Amino acid sequence: MTTTETKLNSPKEKNTADQSQANADKSATRKLSTDAVHAGEARQKPGDAITDPVFCASTYTFADSQSIIDFIEQGQVREEYGRYGNPGEKVVEAKLAALEGAEEGLLYASGMAAIVGVFMSVLNAGDEVIFFDECYHRSREFCYKHLARFGVTTHQVKTGDFDAMADAINENTRLLVSESPTNPHLSVIDLEKFANLGKKYQIDSMIDATLATPFNLRPIEFGVDYVAHSATKYLGGHNDLLAGVVLGSREKLAPVRNLRGVTGGINHPHSMYLLSRGLKTFELRMQRHNANGQAVAEFLESHPRVERVYYPGLESHRDHAIAKSQMHGFGGLVTFLIKDADWRATADVVDRVKIARIAPSLGGVESLIEQPLLMSYYEAAPEDRQRWGIYDNMIRMSCGIENTGDLIEDLNQALGS
Amino acid sequence: MKFRTRAIHVGNAPDKETGAVVQPIHMASTFVMPAAGEPTGYDYSRSGNPTRTAVEVTIAELEEGCAALALASGMSATHAAMLLLESGDHVLAGTDIYGGTYRLLHNILNRSGVAVTLADSTELAKFEAAIRPETKMIWIESPGNPLMSVTDIAAVAEIAKKHGVLLGVDNTLASPVLTRPLTLGADIVMHSATKYLSGHSDVLGGALVVKDQELFDRLYFGVNATGAVMSPMSCFLTTRGIKTLELRVLEQSRTTMKLAEFLVEHPLVAKVNYPGLAIHPGHEIAKRQMTGGFGAMLSFELDGNFEQAKKLVESTKLFQLAVSLGAVESLIEQPASMSHASYAAEDRAAHGISDGLVRLSVGLEHVDDLKNDLEKAIAIATGESKVS
Repeated sequence: MTTTETKLNSPKEKNTADQSQANADKSATRKLSTDAVHAGEARQKPGDAITDPVFCASTYTFADSQSIIDFIEQGQVREEYGRYGNPGEKVVEAKLAALEGAEEGLLYASGMAAIVGVFMSVLNAGDEVIFFDECYHRSREFCYKHLARFGVTTHQVKTGDFDAMADAINENTRLLVSESPTNPHLSVIDLEKFANLGKKYQIDSMIDATLATPFNLRPIEFGVDYVAHSATKYLGGHNDLLAGVVLGSREKLAPVRNLRGVTGGINHPHSMYLLSRGLKTFELRMQRHNANGQAVAEFLESHPRVERVYYPGLESHRDHAIAKSQMHGFGGLVTFLIKDADWRATADVVDRVKIARIAPSLGGVESLIEQPLLMSYYEAAPEDRQRWGIYDNMIRMSCGIENTGDLIEDLNQALGS
Repeated sequence: MKFRTRAIHVGNAPDKETGAVVQPIHMASTFVMPAAGEPTGYDYSRSGNPTRTAVEVTIAELEEGCAALALASGMSATHAAMLLLESGDHVLAGTDIYGGTYRLLHNILNRSGVAVTLADSTELAKFEAAIRPETKMIWIESPGNPLMSVTDIAAVAEIAKKHGVLLGVDNTLASPVLTRPLTLGADIVMHSATKYLSGHSDVLGGALVVKDQELFDRLYFGVNATGAVMSPMSCFLTTRGIKTLELRVLEQSRTTMKLAEFLVEHPLVAKVNYPGLAIHPGHEIAKRQMTGGFGAMLSFELDGNFEQAKKLVESTKLFQLAVSLGAVESLIEQPASMSHASYAAEDRAAHGISDGLVRLSVGLEHVDDLKNDLEKAIAIATGESKVS
């Protein structure tokens, strides 16, 4: 049902005896589909329409001067100006919050705008931020190139090394950041440790859970303060919108909301409508992404031309145990290395793929494939790439929701013998 | 490639100029010609539009036809098919058809001198006997609406062939996921794309699909002349919806099967119409011509009167009271007062649409939530307080 508080905000059940069973039970009782369709939406909508209208208005009218005074003095909840809010934005924010088990959500123009929104509202000159080093390269770039200009110091430590993260903490540390799973290595962070480290030192923690989505992982249940997503990916799901979202408690989001109203990295009414529409099939799509990701990863692992597969659903993955204990599924992203291949031989594999299209991004219904070296790290120094684990023979595939056999057959012909 | 993969990729090649993985929405009403009278493939949007071509190619592919037309609504699609007829021609249609089709046949086509007979298409001998020398078109729905009757499409196609009559099938309720009438011998497949194809209650659209180019050319001539084409935004949203078509229809069918089983056992439900139930008269045919499920529509008769059925449809919290069907949101309605109100009262009675009949369009919500909702509403409507 649409009352999310009772169903989705329930604290995570601790069951150390048999965590996988607990996860199975949790998934059995989850009814994300009903929330995906209805949460955040009024039962009776404007014009009695079954779907919410797209409000393109940039501004909202007041009946008279007294209404403005009442609005300000009584703190009335209503629209004022498009940068501060939009009825469609409220719908999709509430829907995302329900799915995430968060009090509130804040929608942005893109995933980067969402992450930057948190950075810029939590951090001041002199503050420090620590993040695990496997991450989206633009997040790293923002910290080192831009936050640095505002007097914020960034430390990156090896992914999953909590001792190193603890060592890097000092009295100026204000924010701990990680992705989980990380991109493109799909390392999975122990979120309980991560959140507890923040709590111990009273430092805010943020997880970019774009690759997991709330279908597979809900970091707030582990005590994480801010959850960020590039909603362009699985949440929108159709490769046809740009959006970002930050979720958390009302209190934690208050300064972030304020800054968004000032700086204005807001989403567009048409995009928020498409996002809300995309979320209606969220559960079905995620089931397919998970199934395709797992099957493709298993196929690749058994293929003689593949040196290594990074996928948290594989027992061979370093973080498989923690992934199994805290995730419901492992998503559609699969990263792998071609055996004895230089960059060109690797590119040849990518070029032979017929179904997945060569493009950056991930999480849409259409499968996408890319070679990180060319797509994201072409201009990076070789020693940096080595340090970040971006190898010449690495391929990243975002499995869409196509037929599993079709995807495997296609990869098989692309790999050759 | 399998259905699901084709639904995502066929008709949706990345944009040639920009590489955009999702094609642009061409809002243009007209297209510039390099030289007078030498269009580059598109000239005026009523005659053709790249965004519309994309969705037409996808729909044709999924119905295993050679070409498709995307129209402004399901009714404009049916109307476009009927434009093949001339004064003096006769249409034989099934009895369990959409109310709007009934109205088109009886109150619009009659003005053009086209005669209509309705006959039960599940009774093949009687149905065939209704064919006249001037019959030019047979029009059926399977499953039918709202009684979920199942017509043997292949058998009717044989009859149509024998008499040299075109067979049109309104495949809206089954969708190409479950049934592909062209492969069973039908000549024309019609869809209200408003329903499962777009699937999100935010598009009005229709489609016609054929397997014969000459027939397509005749249909295209009619559509281009009369102009009820699908808008570019609706084409885009339909294309987007089709990418999850198979997931939605299979999941919605699974949920509907469970609801049908629940309702059959309910003491206050007199009858359940769902082809997935073994007790349904068309179950054996449905098993043959529907693959993967039996659809996400069902109707049932409340053990009660008009007022009680009205109360029921007004009492659900999750099922919303609205006509239409086939979307992610579950809907409920009373055919006698809503979708089939355009039938004459005596025809309604003759065709088994009782006052206590309730029709469900099952969406993507969780089956337990939907079951609870129905159980409570039945209790409220019948004054029965026992709610388990």
